[in-house]
Amino acid sequence: MDIKKTPKKLNVKEKYRLMTRDLAWEPSYRDEKEIYPYVDYEGIKVHDWSKWEDPFRLTMDAYWKYQAEKERKYYAIIDAHAQNNGHLNVTDARYLTAIKLFLQGISPGEYAAHRGFARVGREFAGVGPQVACQMQSIDEIRHAQTQVHAMSNYNKFYNGFKDFATQRDRIWYTSVPRSFFDDAMSAGPFEFLIAIGFSFEYVLTNLLFVPFMSGAAYNGDMATCTFGFSAQSDEARHMTLGLECIKFMLEQDPDNIPIVQKWIDKWFWRGCRLLTLVAAMMDYMLPKRVMSWREAWNIYGVENGNALFRDLARYGIKPPMHWDDVEKSIDHTSHQIMLGLYQWKFGTAFHSWTPSASDIEWLKEKYPTTFEKYYLPRWEYAIAQKEAGGEYNNFGLPKLCQTCQLPCLFTEPDDPTQLCHRETEYEGEKYHFCSDGCQHVFEQEPEKYVQAWLPMPALMQEPLKGDLAAWMEWVSLESTAAGEYANSEDKANFEKWRKQVSTD
Amino acid sequence: MSKVFIILQANEDTRPIVEAIEQDNPDAEVVHEPAMVKVQAEGSLVVRRETIEEEIGREFDMQELNINLITLSGNVDEDEDALTLTWNS
Amino acid sequence: MQIDVQTVNIAQKNQTFTHLKKRFGDKKIPSRYQEASYDLQAVENLHYRPTWAPEQELYDPNLSKIRMSDWYDLKDPRQFYYSTYTLNRAKQQETMESNFKTVESLNLIEGMPDPVLKIAQDLLIPLRHLNYASNLNNTLVCGYGYGTVFTQPCVYHAMDNLGIAQYLSRLGLMIGDVESLEAAKQDWMESDAWQPLRRSLEDLMCVRDPVEVFIKQNFVLDGLLYPLVYQRIIDKHLLELGGSGISILTQFMTNWYLESVRWVDSVVKTMAAESAENKAVLEEWIDSAANHFTSVLLPVAGLAVEGNHTDELVSEVHEGLMKRATKAGLFK
Repeated sequence: MDIKKTPKKLNVKEKYRLMTRDLAWEPSYRDEKEIYPYVDYEGIKVHDWSKWEDPFRLTMDAYWKYQAEKERKYYAIIDAHAQNNGHLNVTDARYLTAIKLFLQGISPGEYAAHRGFARVGREFAGVGPQVACQMQSIDEIRHAQTQVHAMSNYNKFYNGFKDFATQRDRIWYTSVPRSFFDDAMSAGPFEFLIAIGFSFEYVLTNLLFVPFMSGAAYNGDMATCTFGFSAQSDEARHMTLGLECIKFMLEQDPDNIPIVQKWIDKWFWRGCRLLTLVAAMMDYMLPKRVMSWREAWNIYGVENGNALFRDLARYGIKPPMHWDDVEKSIDHTSHQIMLGLYQWKFGTAFHSWTPSASDIEWLKEKYPTTFEKYYLPRWEYAIAQKEAGGEYNNFGLPKLCQTCQLPCLFTEPDDPTQLCHRETEYEGEKYHFCSDGCQHVFEQEPEKYVQAWLPMPALMQEPLKGDLAAWMEWVSLESTAAGEYANSEDKANFEKWRKQVSTD
Repeated sequence: MSKVFIILQANEDTRPIVEAIEQDNPDAEVVHEPAMVKVQAEGSLVVRRETIEEEIGREFDMQELNINLITLSGNVDEDEDALTLTWNS
Repeated sequence: MQIDVQTVNIAQKNQTFTHLKKRFGDKKIPSRYQEASYDLQAVENLHYRPTWAPEQELYDPNLSKIRMSDWYDLKDPRQFYYSTYTLNRAKQQETMESNFKTVESLNLIEGMPDPVLKIAQDLLIPLRHLNYASNLNNTLVCGYGYGTVFTQPCVYHAMDNLGIAQYLSRLGLMIGDVESLEAAKQDWMESDAWQPLRRSLEDLMCVRDPVEVFIKQNFVLDGLLYPLVYQRIIDKHLLELGGSGISILTQFMTNWYLESVRWVDSVVKTMAAESAENKAVLEEWIDSAANHFTSVLLPVAGLAVEGNHTDELVSEVHEGLMKRATKAGLFK
């Protein structure tokens, strides 16, 4: 056996190829199509899997080393937070609504992404994407778990956290993110990557994470803030996977371009609809606000999105189809959603409230063309009801959009005085949508969207048959977790405990 | 021209890294926000291992960036010596 | 306002999350493992069926012949969740890094007798391809299995297999540079000794029952391979020939296997105890796969040891595996 006396110095790219791509082999006893049965049916053509580039090139030993360091730092902070009653450092207990929404709505998505990336990490026929997707899969379970651990301490003291598992599958508003992730998971491997890897983790990620995590920082939530920054360092790798996957698909064959374009159109729209919940969070739920949804959109949506799509133009990719409708909605959706959540607060596992005088001044300033004209009157009406000793609750059930599953409470892009509603008949049934965007998504794949489990119709059917009390039991919603913030146990407890620690 | 950026957690580890980036990218802009620091530039940005090593006084593995990185914008090219962000448009 | 938050004991409202209380009561505070692993997977009211297999559900316990009334019974005795898993591996990684540095700086490879290097080249390096297949198989189980406690460890196991493949690749580079890896691949693809095993792996990569893949890959194949190659050949036979440097550089694999056995055996035991039907399915899979893999490992063992000794070693490990199966409640 000849031993090399002075081994060739391999550069990072070559070494990584030997550590990944070179591990695979061309099967000869079984057909590749048997081993990778799902890689053709979407119509995406791949001629050379080896063209997939992974910019970060982490081998497993490096992964373990750096991730462990992040974990050590993270849990040190979480433990300290728990030991020192860190929950009392938040601005006030209204802030908790934001993180309850996060645990109920977003954390299950992290878990779904973990499973989804495991699947595509198996189904792709090239080592490059396999390894990248597997790493994202293991990262995502990290996120799901670190989130549960961060929230665990809040759960000990406040309502609305303990039943997240039941509520994930049964309550009405969690169906919005759930349908988003189920849609991606039920899609083929290439669409899954465009949906989650590209659209969600690349185009829209900053719109989700920066508000939540900065919001946490601004409002004294050390646990969530720490989680956010720790998770975000993984997100940088996910973002590069997202950008790589789209470049790869577009460069492999020009026939892929129209398919990818359709997916970009669909997932950009679905993602923006999902983010309306984040918009409401940013504008209304954070006692100390980071920036407005409009401001976040301008930086992370417009500026960053434009840079991205200018870059992709060389492949023949156009900016997403309903971009203009999204732009027109930015100054409206947070208000529309929050007004909705407020009127249905008896049915949410988090509290809502009417904006204070200073909140209103801020909203006027940040939304000069829309807030005072269209939404302040409605808030003033709600406030007046409260002051007159009444309640502002809407016991009528919202009509949900068949696609995004949000209540149809949005307005026409060109007329904010008109509720937007669309209908499509399919195989004898009428389906309802909140927008052109959602109707378009449905009409591309009606056989998929007709399967959706809609929470509101489910409430009216067997076995609940419209019985609200029975529904509350079924979704594990206790009245102490729902309703007006001002009357809540959370508020009373928070204030009591804060007083305790500061006067002792 | 489009802006590229890199956002790092703001802590003792990243301060010298940000200083190194500023050195290698004189036209870059540094923006400080709670708990994070953003460095942005028109068209491209380079993070160089050598410059970082000069700042911190020890060997630095580019992959260490993973620990404090929050997010970035632009096409990424990384090797042992540098991480570069570019928009091609 | 200066807040001294350390001095006050605040009474908790909730001991834990409801789903954990339902499972474990609320006398004890649940562990981080429990919080991280139970009931995280969606269960009902799933929205759409997979477009790639419309007869299935998105999370489908019926993908397997094995049935559990509660898949969450398949708890991992190591209690690995992401953090404990990663911290654990980081420590092992540090040791391996130091091992590689030591072997390199002391030129231990150069000093090794040729027969040792030949065995390392012929037997160990091609296994990097087997570990790649194991990575894909475990990824499948994680993706399509049911219940977080069962699927979670499989992604760790998948990444471990990738890690092992990478350690073997580094070993190859140390022994014979890029040419070592090329030669190993050629053996994997063409030499007689490896073809039956390679064919078996390609067959296994076509199986879609996630539990069947788990059993045949993690219980049977690994249950034969690691005792054979790492315990008996590398850490004994090769050691006797002067190959301690190789042992040092495969220390991760040896320790990893022992740790994994705890988990895999526990899963098999729980599945077997669930029902007579499960027991029968497991016995059928294990019996046929054990016989099969034993026979395809014979020529592989022959790359390191000769004639009768090969048969001896291989039947030893087969026996050892069947003992594990009996301990887990099977074949009796």
